[in-house]
Amino acid sequence: MSEKYKRLISKLLEGDIRSAARLITLVENDIQIAEKIISQVYKHTGNAYILGITGAPGSGKSTFISTLVKKFIEQEKKIGIICVDPTSPLTGGALLGDRIRMKQHFSMGNVFIRSMANRGQLGGLARATEDTIKILDAFGCDIIIVETVGVGQSEVDIFKSAHTVLVLLVPGMGDDIQVIKAGIMEITDIFIVNKMDLPGADRKVSEIVQMLELNMNYKFDNNNLNEDFAKINRWTPEIIKTNSKTGENFENLLEVIAKHKEFLLETGVISNYLKSRIKSETLKILKYKLSQKIEKLIDDSHAIEELIEEVKERSMDPYSMANKIVQMLGIEENF
Amino acid sequence: MTESKQKENVEVKKDKKGRTFRNLSDIKIKQLYQPSEISDLDYERDLGQPGKFPFTRGPYSNMYRGRLWTMRQFAGFGTAEQTNERFKFLIDHGQTGLSVAFHLPTIYGYESTDERSLGEVGKEGVAIDTLADMETLFDGIDLSKISTSMTINAPASILLAMYIVVAEKQGISSDKLRGTIQNDILKEYIAQKSWIFPPEPSMRLIVDTIEYCTENVPQWYTISISGYHIREAGSTAVQELAFTLADGFAYVKAAMERGLDVDDFAHRLSFFFNAHNNFFEEICKYRAARRIWARHMKNKYGAKKPESMRLRFHTQTAGVSLTAQEPENNIVRVTLQGLAAVLGGTQSLHTNSFDEALCLPTEKAVRIALRTQQIIAYESGAADTVDPLAGSYYVEWLTDKMEQEAENYFSRIEELGGVIPAIKANFFQKEIANASYKYQKEVENRERIVVGVNKYKPEREVEPDILKIDDAVSEEQKRNLVDIKSKRDNKEAEKTLAELKEAAKGTDNLMPYILEAVRKYCSVGEIIGTLKEIFGTYTEDSIY
Amino acid sequence: MSEKRRIKVLVAKPGLDGHDRGAKVVARGLRDAGMEVIYTGLHQTPNDIANTIIQEDPDAVLLSILSGAHNALCPKIMDTLKEKGIDDVLIAVGGIIPEEDKDFLRKHGLEGFYGPGTEIKEIVEFVKNNLKR
Repeated sequence: MSEKYKRLISKLLEGDIRSAARLITLVENDIQIAEKIISQVYKHTGNAYILGITGAPGSGKSTFISTLVKKFIEQEKKIGIICVDPTSPLTGGALLGDRIRMKQHFSMGNVFIRSMANRGQLGGLARATEDTIKILDAFGCDIIIVETVGVGQSEVDIFKSAHTVLVLLVPGMGDDIQVIKAGIMEITDIFIVNKMDLPGADRKVSEIVQMLELNMNYKFDNNNLNEDFAKINRWTPEIIKTNSKTGENFENLLEVIAKHKEFLLETGVISNYLKSRIKSETLKILKYKLSQKIEKLIDDSHAIEELIEEVKERSMDPYSMANKIVQMLGIEENF
Repeated sequence: MTESKQKENVEVKKDKKGRTFRNLSDIKIKQLYQPSEISDLDYERDLGQPGKFPFTRGPYSNMYRGRLWTMRQFAGFGTAEQTNERFKFLIDHGQTGLSVAFHLPTIYGYESTDERSLGEVGKEGVAIDTLADMETLFDGIDLSKISTSMTINAPASILLAMYIVVAEKQGISSDKLRGTIQNDILKEYIAQKSWIFPPEPSMRLIVDTIEYCTENVPQWYTISISGYHIREAGSTAVQELAFTLADGFAYVKAAMERGLDVDDFAHRLSFFFNAHNNFFEEICKYRAARRIWARHMKNKYGAKKPESMRLRFHTQTAGVSLTAQEPENNIVRVTLQGLAAVLGGTQSLHTNSFDEALCLPTEKAVRIALRTQQIIAYESGAADTVDPLAGSYYVEWLTDKMEQEAENYFSRIEELGGVIPAIKANFFQKEIANASYKYQKEVENRERIVVGVNKYKPEREVEPDILKIDDAVSEEQKRNLVDIKSKRDNKEAEKTLAELKEAAKGTDNLMPYILEAVRKYCSVGEIIGTLKEIFGTYTEDSIY
Repeated sequence: MSEKRRIKVLVAKPGLDGHDRGAKVVARGLRDAGMEVIYTGLHQTPNDIANTIIQEDPDAVLLSILSGAHNALCPKIMDTLKEKGIDDVLIAVGGIIPEEDKDFLRKHGLEGFYGPGTEIKEIVEFVKNNLKR
């Protein structure tokens, strides 16, 4: 562990903004460095409450978050916001847009906003975002908001790190319900019908109710709880209409978030939740490391070329080739 | 606009030499136009005589035979005193109308002493804080003899009020005043971004000025509905045409909702278009604009008087087309652009100075720009006959095509619920951002040639003489403001501001209150600041 | 799949001018060149820009100024950055910057100047070749 990282970490723990920002850059850019940093930071985490927020483009996420953040500022909370935008699969570049949409709404004093590109589907998002959450946690944020456009599996993944997941919908937009059915519903704790002043807000609420009823039998098993436990200690998602421009119903929303937190603590769900989170995160790290190692091996090794030839000649099948590679990686054969 | 238009990487068919023939609106141009292309054209219905509905051939029957266009060079920099000198220089050289550029602090309603004004005082226009500056600006210029265009939007009512009071002091009553305030806030949200208040109170202020002028300043053009800035922000010609007219219709609707009769105010609305590089496309844009406006005003807004249907416009050549490389080439560009505006039937024209991609224009450059117009007017013969290109297969086909494309945009805007909802949904902003990025990529891929920039590049660049604004201007202006505030009756000034604030809460027309505040030497910054307390401010989602 | 070094760029618009065509076009162009780009939006004060740089930690910052206020705004921004200890970010300015002002701005730490007619790839090369970390 170089002196540089140690110094940054000790300043991070004192609440130095620049050190937090630089550490995030470091964990984003290099997993080996991330590993070193997180090994030092981890013991200082566990204090922040994590909110996951998603919604289709046009659902007013930025204004919603701004208004929510203003409420938290009133409670003198220190807030971290991580805005995740998609990386272009063609160029690897990204436009990170939400920062401007949010920051104009409040003074920056106690708010740290960090924009982040998801860097494709290769676990980059999951790893860097989760590490960023840890850094902001150690930095002293009371609340950390993770915001994404909510498409793609990796973004569903990231919400497994959140204590409470909010999903935004707006009156009138027909397809958002479909999107939710496609994967986010199981992990949603609070549905927000934003822009409640638009016509059709109540209809949207009943659509959600309907959807939830249809899925009554759905095992809310996202945290790998055992089934019985899940049946007894089940959170029924709440639905709240909001107007982010006027702040209408935000007090109510804060209460529901608090209620959900209480639920997690009182039922003990939180402990299962933490366990599953650790499991899934570790799994992700392993997958990521292994895939890197495998790809490096495949790219660099001569032996692989020979195996490929054999498979090409049909003197070996792909499964056997995979097993050979597993051996080369030093893992037991029946992998 | 078709779906594919919105995508960034549109595959375009190329000919054997690798060339594509599309104009700047991405409309494909055929090798040859023939009678069949305009076989549907009905002279009376689609063109009409000049000065007659639908005004395609021009707003007046005799056009430039009656009166040449107004040669109106936009000017403003430094202090009011410096700009006053430039105005007199222009008038001495044959200019027939004034056009004021204000510096950014005035445009945004900040005082020159405000922290946000740092570095901006007198830079992009003339520094006007109070009535005292306006008195200096028009010192020695008879306001009953000249028409003045003021490029001002959010604080338009304030600058108009100042102009009225300056005239009063010259002994000229407001019904004698001729000129324009830009006063077009919608295109600010869409393109130029010098907004202050949210759209709704902004629209109220605009309707206030329309209402006030209809009664008290009847010769004033109350809004100059501007496509210029939409184009400069990177739109195509079709987008410029469609978005500008859509804005125009939105103002008409707003004023009618106030209870004004369309025939009482519509003839005091004017337009302001860009003249870009593609010669025929620009000409057709102007012709299409007149026809669309006439048709909608008559059929949709129920105008009865021909004047209400007659679109008149000012043109400025495209600042964005000027190159910093070999700047003298810009003289040629401006000539072609200016000629397009004249052949398209403009009522007034600003020709850009060749050095404007480098700095504010020098006197030499301004003189050449003005001379360019005079050469078009007196030597080229382009102004000798009305609408000389009418009947050309190509021109009539393209005029039609542009009208259709604009109509497509109107439908899309309507689907979004109108102009203001479309602004809030970032519709225009996205369309423009896509178009400007596409254009840049085409230039970089050499699909579009810009002489001296991506082809025939100069080996060595020589910078011409440039005009710089002395930083002393800022200090001088700040002193002036402090000075005026110490001399005026502060109690009176504060009283007028308090009254304005009360009125802003209600629904009164604010013009009389603003006039009072201006008379007591309240600054633009103070008046805007007062209104901000009631109206709030606007922020945008930046789309890129 | 080793992690590729990603370049993060902040495109910032200080001052009052609303001419954001260039800033937006450049932002998109850099994205298409594989960079991660944040655009600040209009009317940023030097303090706004410094705060954004601190939190986002970009490799490079491109200021876009077309109002002629560069000689006042740029030094102010650079001073604010210096005050806050930011010294490893590459900073360039785009807009209409007369030749004679460039030396003055160079002294204040601005390293690149991009006027009308610049191709995006020039900016891309500049950023790639001049990174400070």
